[in-house]
Amino acid sequence: MAVCIAVIAKENYPLYIRSTPTENELKFHYMVHTSLDVVDEKISAMAKALVDQRELYLDLLYPTEDYKVYGYVTNSKVKFVMVVDSSNTALRDNEIRSMFRKLHNSYTDVMCNPFYNPGDRIQSRWALLPVSASSPGGPYFLCPHPVQVGPAFCVLLPSLCRTCLAILVAKMQPFGK
Amino acid sequence: MSPTQWDLPVELCCRPMAFVTLTGLDVVYNAVHRAVWDAFCANRRADRVPISFKVLPGDHEYPKCRPKRTSYEWYIPKGILKTGWMNKHLNLVPALVVVFYELDWDEPQWKEKQSECATRVEIVRQSLQGRNTKVAVVLIQKKTPLPPGEDVIASERAAALCNACELSGKSLFVLPHTDHLVGYIIRLENAFYEHAQTYYYTEIRRVKSHKEFLNKTTHQLLFVRHQFKIAFFSELKQDTQNALKNYRTAYNLVHELRAHETNILEIKTMAGFINYKICRLCFQHNTPLDAIAQFRKHIDLCKKKIGSAELSFEHAAWMSKQFQAFGDLFDEAIKLGLTAIQTQNPGFYYQQAAYYAQERKQLAKSLCNHEASIMYPNPDPLETQTGVLDFYGQRSWRQGILSFDLSDPEKEKVGVLAIQLKERNVAHSEIIITLLSNAVAQFKKYKCPRMKSHLMVQMGEEYYYAKDYTKALKLLDYVMCDYRSEGWWTLLTSILTTALKCSYLMAQLKDYITYSLELLGRASTLKDDQKSRIEKNLINVLMNESPDPEPDCDIFAVKTAQKLWADRISLAGSNIFTIGVQDFVPFVQCKAKFHAPSFHVDVPVEFDIYLKADCPHPIRFSKLCVSFNNQEYNQFCVIEEASKANEVLENPTQGKMCLVPGKTRKLLFKFVAKTEDVGKKIEITSVDLALGNETGRCVVLNWQGGGGDAASSQEALQAARSFKRRPKLPDNEVHWDSIIIQASTMIISRVPNISVHLRHEPPALTNEMYCLVVTVQSHEKTQIRDVKLTAGLKPGQDANLTQKTHVTLHGTELCDESYPALLTDIPVGDLHPGEQLEKMLYVRCGTVGSRMFLVYVSYLINITAEEKEIVCKCHKDETVTIETVFPFDVAVKFVSTKFEHLERVYADIPFLLMTDLLSASPWALTVVSSELQLAPSMTTVDQLESQVDNVVLQTGESASECFCLRCPSLGNVEGGVATGHYIISWKRTSAMENIPVIRTVITLPHVIVENIPLHVNADLPSFGRVRESLPVKYHLQNKTDFVQDVEISVEPSDAFMFSGLKQIRLRILPGTEQEMLYNFYPLMAGYQQLPSLNINLLRFPNFTNQLLRRFIPTSIFVKPQGRLMDDTSIAAA
Repeated sequence: MAVCIAVIAKENYPLYIRSTPTENELKFHYMVHTSLDVVDEKISAMAKALVDQRELYLDLLYPTEDYKVYGYVTNSKVKFVMVVDSSNTALRDNEIRSMFRKLHNSYTDVMCNPFYNPGDRIQSRWALLPVSASSPGGPYFLCPHPVQVGPAFCVLLPSLCRTCLAILVAKMQPFGK
Repeated sequence: MSPTQWDLPVELCCRPMAFVTLTGLDVVYNAVHRAVWDAFCANRRADRVPISFKVLPGDHEYPKCRPKRTSYEWYIPKGILKTGWMNKHLNLVPALVVVFYELDWDEPQWKEKQSECATRVEIVRQSLQGRNTKVAVVLIQKKTPLPPGEDVIASERAAALCNACELSGKSLFVLPHTDHLVGYIIRLENAFYEHAQTYYYTEIRRVKSHKEFLNKTTHQLLFVRHQFKIAFFSELKQDTQNALKNYRTAYNLVHELRAHETNILEIKTMAGFINYKICRLCFQHNTPLDAIAQFRKHIDLCKKKIGSAELSFEHAAWMSKQFQAFGDLFDEAIKLGLTAIQTQNPGFYYQQAAYYAQERKQLAKSLCNHEASIMYPNPDPLETQTGVLDFYGQRSWRQGILSFDLSDPEKEKVGVLAIQLKERNVAHSEIIITLLSNAVAQFKKYKCPRMKSHLMVQMGEEYYYAKDYTKALKLLDYVMCDYRSEGWWTLLTSILTTALKCSYLMAQLKDYITYSLELLGRASTLKDDQKSRIEKNLINVLMNESPDPEPDCDIFAVKTAQKLWADRISLAGSNIFTIGVQDFVPFVQCKAKFHAPSFHVDVPVEFDIYLKADCPHPIRFSKLCVSFNNQEYNQFCVIEEASKANEVLENPTQGKMCLVPGKTRKLLFKFVAKTEDVGKKIEITSVDLALGNETGRCVVLNWQGGGGDAASSQEALQAARSFKRRPKLPDNEVHWDSIIIQASTMIISRVPNISVHLRHEPPALTNEMYCLVVTVQSHEKTQIRDVKLTAGLKPGQDANLTQKTHVTLHGTELCDESYPALLTDIPVGDLHPGEQLEKMLYVRCGTVGSRMFLVYVSYLINITAEEKEIVCKCHKDETVTIETVFPFDVAVKFVSTKFEHLERVYADIPFLLMTDLLSASPWALTVVSSELQLAPSMTTVDQLESQVDNVVLQTGESASECFCLRCPSLGNVEGGVATGHYIISWKRTSAMENIPVIRTVITLPHVIVENIPLHVNADLPSFGRVRESLPVKYHLQNKTDFVQDVEISVEPSDAFMFSGLKQIRLRILPGTEQEMLYNFYPLMAGYQQLPSLNINLLRFPNFTNQLLRRFIPTSIFVKPQGRLMDDTSIAAA
């Protein structure tokens, strides 16, 4: 699995960075940040090529001694960067692609969360972690209240507390009918 | 060992070239020889053959050749490659020795010279005993040689000389010392090159021949050695393809060697050498991908071969060198034309080299931390007898020992200690920084700004470790803004922390404060305990005390720093620092907001300054001042608290000068704007917030404009996007995100309190003096002064309207072109409260259409605002749109005297002009008079008196006039004849007496005039009476210049009897008139047809009776017979 995943906003500031060896987090931050050089270059090359069907996957960005850094860019110019251990030969291109696709899906779910304001840093530690195999399929609407007490109030949205559910319902009303 | 033991040897890195020595040349004293030597060595460009030349004396001793080994059976090699071997074949053992000798073919003492030459050759051969080195002889001759075959003596003697010297004919050369020296030299060196190649070829064969004697168990090292030698000779032979092949084999063989802790260094060293050669050749062959692949393979193979754990820093050093060497090779290849890309450039290798150098430093730090009491061992185990090692990569204290067991553990220990102690003296930081700066230069070239920044951070940190804080700070400060602008707060915080340490250790006050401010701010990801420590330090600094040292700093450096801080305290001088915050993210945020986008000048301008602190503890500020574009307002917007320095910490949560973390503090300011600023923008140019006190130290945070720092624009954008519901706050508090900076406001004039009315009777009539009554009434509470009126056509309309609109105050005279369209600033005087005044304006509009008129009233009034007396200028304007229409329509027609419509008139024959004036005005018009001005071509038949004087016309009514005119014969005029003008003088009935009358001139239409040959008119009474004689006289006028034959006949009628000529034919002379007299006797009463007169002109068949009917009456009213008797009888009765 990836040792670090990052979501970078269109303006190139980090929305979300998690690395598994937490002791040297800073190194991964730098690694992700420097990889944006290559991402920028690839995106501008893509823009020049004027390809209709955009390939979101940017392939290997650059190899370092110990890690491989892969990139992916959504149509709204949000970038995903994934750092993989060089020694992990099990991860081929296809696996990386599918991991990015999963990450993209999770990110889309976060965007769908009405409590999430696009452009804000993604606070929840596990919001995007469905990428790793161990975690279950993520809840799609996370309420901002850290502690959820009591049983789920809504079967469809089990991760919302009562207050947030009320707000959500109020927000949804204009869309009904 | 030298500290540069990791550097690759020079002989490895150079390009091997065939080595040729030149003997018999006296380059010091002999000019000819000097010239020959210069021609050999000067200007050696790429197109010359690759040979390295050396001038040696003829009796030079070459390295001795060891006796040939006949059997390898008992031979055990002591190492892989001798340290001197490469140098020996590059610079000591020549492939060819050239003997230069001055000898012409026609030399008189030929015999003696020939034997001398043979001796010289013999001497050279002697010193090359056992080597395959070739010998060649070059005869330096003064004469140009003849073409081959022609000089018989030459060929004879050449053969003899070869014989004497035991040379083949191919090894004897002639060098005529003439004009074309360089040409001859180039030919010579090509020949030498061939000889050298043959030599190296035989050397390769010789080394290969050893192979068969070797066995795999004891001679493993020799396999590598021989393969390397073959490859190296191939390179000397310039056969790079084979060289590469052999190096590759050698490389594989090296890794087949049995590795052990004792020989791993040797293996790695050799592997490094061979790898270097392979990569170098790959780049030379323009196959960079092969080079990169080989290097990757090399690194993967060697990465784990660390060797002795005690000396693991050596491995890191070696790794670092591998990367650096590859980076250098790559860079060199790029300079020779290779193109690198963003993701594959030398920078990555330098970066990795730096990484290993850092690792080396770390390892050295942990492995070489011997106590100071441990002395360097004596005798030095690293010293060897010769000063150099025999074999590459061996330990000096056990050279040539191949056993894997450590024969002498004590000696080993001392050796390791010596290496460790040596390592301690290595300037690691210097190495790292050099590598990093190499990498920075590369990444700069290949568009990697972020990578560059990252490396610069590393450089800065390395400078920090090297205690060069000034340089560290410079680098860190340089890159900080990149991370800040992209919002990578974690990285920024890390950099700031290092920078703060540097500034602490140097006691750089301003930097220390700046970094503290940012580390306390919202961009910092530090934990609260760290923040509160920094805040405490900051407060200490502001109170002119020393801050506590930063954690994890070098103890000695901290001691120096504490002294520096102590000096700073005693230092008198400027302790006020102004820090512009727009470039960073301080812990105090500021937003300024005017209450409204505009203020009337008579109400005070109000704005709020919002402040918010992000630090963990409350902080008190000492002064807040706001600056404006008009600096006169600055004095009104200052908050200052006279507090002593030590009060910074006291009562922190009270008072408006205190900022509580997370709470938004609102400060209200108001001031009265200057009247001069009406219509101008007032802008906040900066907000200054002073922390600390002038008696201690004072930091002034300076926000440009209405607040905002490096991060706030992005935050504002996010806040604007957000639709999060914000929790309710108490009334006097606001959400920071919801405050939008408004740093400027407009000052607008006071609202006027007067009324302006316009009274008029639209529409305006063309050219009339249209009266507009302006009524101004004051509703102010005090007297208003200097009331001025500006009235007229509103500017900005069609330019033609300006030409055709004139405004005046005097209605008694008609205004002309010279009057303006807009009257400005007409003084009207003062007005008391409630008073009103009226002003009449007259507008003359020359064209129809609608116009906008503006009436603008301005005045001055004294107002008290915020206990200040100010004079306000107020104004009010009214606009009105007025339509202009024609007052009336005039219709004109021409009719005959019989009131029949005329298309044309006949010369000299009277006709009637009828005018018809139809009022179109909605208001009653008075036609004062009318006048007909005839053109000279027209004459009047009777008086031209006006028939419509003082007629009043209501809407839709019309006034008609009729004039009888005649047009004298003029001949044929194209387009008709001008009639004249009809002038109407008029005014509105409602207009006052003194309003002038308007004269409207109407140009009458032209009329077509036609001549007729004969004019007939009849003289007859206006009526007849039954049975009473009715005399009728016809006048026939000849209007032509000819005598006219006229046939006249009168047709009888039932109603009349008549006497006179019934049918006649007569002649009328030109210009004369003929009268015809008839006496009609009416028989019937009523409207009766007269007996019709028929005239036939023989010359003018066109003259018809129909035309005639226009001039003469065709019928007459006949009254019945009178009853005269009855009349009298009635009278009698």
